[in-house]
Amino acid sequence: MAAVATCGSVAASTGSAVATASKSNVTSFQRRGPRASVTNDSGPRLVSIAGTRPSVRNGQLLVSTGLPALDQLLGGGLAVGTVLLIEEDKYNIYSPLLFKYFLAEGIVNGHTLLVASAKEDPANILQELPAPLLDDKCKKEFDEDVYNHKTPESNIKMKIAWRYQLLPKMEIGPVSSSRFGHYYDASKRMPQELIEASNWHGFFLPEKISSTLKVEPCSLTPGYTKLLQFIQNIIYEEGFDGSNPQKKQRNILRIGIQNLGSPLWGDDICCAENGGNSHSLTKFLYVLRGLLRTSLSACIITMPTHLIQNKAIIARVTTLSDVVVGLESFIGSERETNPLYKDYHGLIHIRQIPRLNNLICDESDVKDLAFKLKRKLFTIEVREFLCFSLQS
Amino acid sequence: MFVELNNLLNTTPDRAEQGKLTLLCDAKTDGSFLVHHFLSFYLKANCKVCFVALIQSFSHYSIVGQKLGVSLTMARERGQLVFLEGLKSAVDVVFQAQKEPHPLQFLREANAGNLKPLFEFVREALKPVDSGEARWTYPVLLVDDLSVLLSLGMGAVAVLDFIHYCRATVCWELKASILYLMQGNMVVLVHDSGDAEDEENDILLNGLSHQSHLILRAEGLATGFCRDVHGQLRILWRRPSQPAVHRDQSFTYQYKIQDKSVSFFAKGMSPAVL
Repeated sequence: MAAVATCGSVAASTGSAVATASKSNVTSFQRRGPRASVTNDSGPRLVSIAGTRPSVRNGQLLVSTGLPALDQLLGGGLAVGTVLLIEEDKYNIYSPLLFKYFLAEGIVNGHTLLVASAKEDPANILQELPAPLLDDKCKKEFDEDVYNHKTPESNIKMKIAWRYQLLPKMEIGPVSSSRFGHYYDASKRMPQELIEASNWHGFFLPEKISSTLKVEPCSLTPGYTKLLQFIQNIIYEEGFDGSNPQKKQRNILRIGIQNLGSPLWGDDICCAENGGNSHSLTKFLYVLRGLLRTSLSACIITMPTHLIQNKAIIARVTTLSDVVVGLESFIGSERETNPLYKDYHGLIHIRQIPRLNNLICDESDVKDLAFKLKRKLFTIEVREFLCFSLQS
Repeated sequence: MFVELNNLLNTTPDRAEQGKLTLLCDAKTDGSFLVHHFLSFYLKANCKVCFVALIQSFSHYSIVGQKLGVSLTMARERGQLVFLEGLKSAVDVVFQAQKEPHPLQFLREANAGNLKPLFEFVREALKPVDSGEARWTYPVLLVDDLSVLLSLGMGAVAVLDFIHYCRATVCWELKASILYLMQGNMVVLVHDSGDAEDEENDILLNGLSHQSHLILRAEGLATGFCRDVHGQLRILWRRPSQPAVHRDQSFTYQYKIQDKSVSFFAKGMSPAVL
């Protein structure tokens, strides 16, 4: 399997590479962003990567989360090199949607994806991504492009459709790279051609945990250790951190980790209050933060925080993440029948926004936000209060 | 550094007190602006600074430092600043076997007992150089932030031991040939978890509160979010070695953080309200 082949001899190859990277103070890799060397004589070079834009406040590179409303609440988007933590709603109905929007945005922009899950095969997750809402005019052009570029070889490739291709053979339609943040139709699926044209890597824990790889001694649970090595390997091999001399990467890596901290990952923080692995998750987040800060990547993690027994761990996890968004759905609670909330499906709490390269952050003034999932769109709105009760 | 905060603390870079442990604490808000203040303060005071930055990258502090008037890259080049970038070092330690003991060696071990390698790193960084002339005034250790060490598996007692060893070295060490006190300062940041019932963090916070000379506590407003007042700062001067005859002085101010400075005002006297 190709997946195992890429992971072979991870420790040996990355060890020497990391050593050379850390010893060289100046790399040819420069980018304008939170990790750009500010006193570089050549000045920060504006890197125009598809699907990114510099922040208005300090020129930091931002990517869209897939939900333009959420981008606005976060101050323009998710900064490259940071983690977006989604605290799952109680029955895990709406958080997978945000997860899929993030990945779908990556496919539309041509970013590389890394999908990690302990529950679902990443190939299946990609099949269920929502379709982007293209303008009618562009849609027609897109269909024509697909028709013209289709060759007999691509039919053969469709048999092994889930294998990623290093170079996309088909041009994505003109709408993808010019806009920042797209809208998606939750009722339709992403076209198969777009998924096949994208470059993605999957990490499905039951497959990886059985293979015998040389595991570096670390006190994390084996699932987390393997995932960290996988992510580090992809970042190095595909050149997202600029340390690989053979690979000059000018793309973003979007990492999506689903249900982190759940018992399926081998972690017991959701089962016991003072388990043996209580530091595993926080250590994982710390090392992941280190990997992200030194590479062109952005990460979304969904975590069932409502299941974590030890409240102190939730506080520590929040500190170690950059953006924290909590979803609270009304299903099963008394708010479902409350007339105040009848138009909405749940509340969305922006719990934390990072202050990167700055003393201040773009906090939104409005803290009372609710979301609803209409047939096509996931919208976030300010809760409107009806004052009927005040009138006698 | 923030000039208004210097006025409140009654210090300037030229005549700062030595041999002191300052505790920065934040509850329900982000107290990192205090770290940026002290970093630029001590760099301007021409001190040798060892900065153990566990939570953010070097470029983050560097970019904010430029807004506050110090260049971290130049300070690092001329030897004034020794910077341990925790995030980058953690990646090195976890993915690659190290030959020499690494300051963050405890990340590789399942039950690391103590922070000795980290202490050795700090001691090595702040050792006075035998060049004859004193280039820097006094050494300073800055840690941002200590609560991360708890998240990484160290116990509260191990962290308190580390601080104790650092204090003994930085604040009071005697040089062998000449008897002079290398009276340095220490500034550490700890998060207050509030009602999150983080026992280890509470132990650490209480233990440090009793040892420190100055406590700066940034709190979020009890009434919630406000656009014009970002929080409240409580300043507490303590004299831990002297008997409790002199009452500890305590002041409370509210603050608003701007792009390059922080403005302080008395409670309820925000310019937006008046």
